[in-house]
Amino acid sequence: MAQTYRSQLVDPLIDNNPITLQVLGICSALAVTSSMQVALVMSIAVTLVTGFSSMFISMLRNQIPNSIRIIVQMVVIASLVILVDQILKAYAYEISKTLSVFVGLIITNCIVMGRAEAFAMKNPPVASFIDGVGNGLGYGLLLMVVSVFRELFGSGSLFGITILPTVNNGGWYVPNGMLLLPPSAFFVIGLLIWAVRTWKPGQVEEREYKIQTVEAH
Amino acid sequence: MPDAQQQKGPIRRFLDLPPDSVSKTVVVAVGLCLVASMVVSAAAVALRPVQEANQLNDKRVNILQVAGVYDETVPVNEAFADFEPHVLDLSTGEFSDQFEIDTFDQLAASDDPAIIRALDEDPAGLGGTMQAYRMIYFLRDEAGAIDKVVLPIEGYGLWSTLYGFIALEENGNDIFGLQFYQHGETPGLGAEVDNPRWKALWNGKKLFTDDGTLAITVAKSPPPQGQEYYVDALAGATLTSRGVDNLVRFWMGEAGYGTFLERLQAGEID
Repeated sequence: MAQTYRSQLVDPLIDNNPITLQVLGICSALAVTSSMQVALVMSIAVTLVTGFSSMFISMLRNQIPNSIRIIVQMVVIASLVILVDQILKAYAYEISKTLSVFVGLIITNCIVMGRAEAFAMKNPPVASFIDGVGNGLGYGLLLMVVSVFRELFGSGSLFGITILPTVNNGGWYVPNGMLLLPPSAFFVIGLLIWAVRTWKPGQVEEREYKIQTVEAH
Repeated sequence: MPDAQQQKGPIRRFLDLPPDSVSKTVVVAVGLCLVASMVVSAAAVALRPVQEANQLNDKRVNILQVAGVYDETVPVNEAFADFEPHVLDLSTGEFSDQFEIDTFDQLAASDDPAIIRALDEDPAGLGGTMQAYRMIYFLRDEAGAIDKVVLPIEGYGLWSTLYGFIALEENGNDIFGLQFYQHGETPGLGAEVDNPRWKALWNGKKLFTDDGTLAITVAKSPPPQGQEYYVDALAGATLTSRGVDNLVRFWMGEAGYGTFLERLQAGEID
């Protein structure tokens, strides 16, 4: 193996981040980043699901018939997601109410599926588990960064603790309501991708087209 | 055929089959589904008691909140002891003593045919049936007179059934508050039914006009009866708002608590 376990875990944080480099898992990143607490729970849930689903799929990889491999992966992922959902409902009821459908939608998170298909089907269980956890953490890291912006400037708080007292509660800060709405996450993520690619120009993709200069007649 | 091959060999032989053979595809698919369904149902069954306790606690918190007496520092069950539950027979508007208060919730959740009534018209989207008996709550003031009445309501919004409570003043006409404790509406749009600012709009509105017509409306513009019967619809959530309008009007109307409210307004209930 060319990659060490450590690099498998660390690379997806920035160098190979599933959101900023691969631009996967955007839909749930839009939905759950309006408060940090929710984003944190979602990050943990996705990390666990990605790690364990990759591990189980890798354990089964030599037995999975190619013709139904996507369905098999979905069954493993979906079972794990339901498990997470049930546990959240039992032990973190308030948060599971806020996350509502988005826990269930981890099933459709491209990162989980992507790691299963791209990595776990070809690699041994331990490596797949670490790869899954690494990618989950990379997703979680970005979620947390986005939610810092959205919660701080959208509701004037971090983890529910007031930092900027808002006008509605007798303070001075006029919150930016748009940051609480999903589209704002597009802008924040877009700006983050720009920032990361400026910092690490190697991540910039080559253009698929070339602008040609037309000679004057 | 798979049978012939399996007769000869043990499990090892099966594992050695090429993954794409028909028998292996079928066995892997069936086996995986069985294992996965066992894991999922085991988790669901094992965790249900904790989940139900959470839901009950949450429901009580919501009753406290809708009646405006919720205090985070007071344990929920202690504060909830101030509420007086009754099982109400919706058709007569009278209390029914044929059910145990403690077990009524379970009975209601089980959709027992004894308490279900078929609906001819179903504007609230309840699936064609409704409970003929509902658990309602009185909050009394220090003198022992009824201060607030908390009534459970539910109905279909855009994606989901919304479950909630409406708290009325003792006259059975003025709304004190309305709150949903369970729904699956669009976050940021329909889920704004949870927004404190929108919920605050309900406070002080009236259900009925002086001649007893049900006038409360959730819409984009006020009804002809005037502002005091009007709650502004949620922006960007037309269908959820329409659902709330339908369910409130349904439950406050004849098929719902109408008979009970008439008696409450007439002062026949203490």
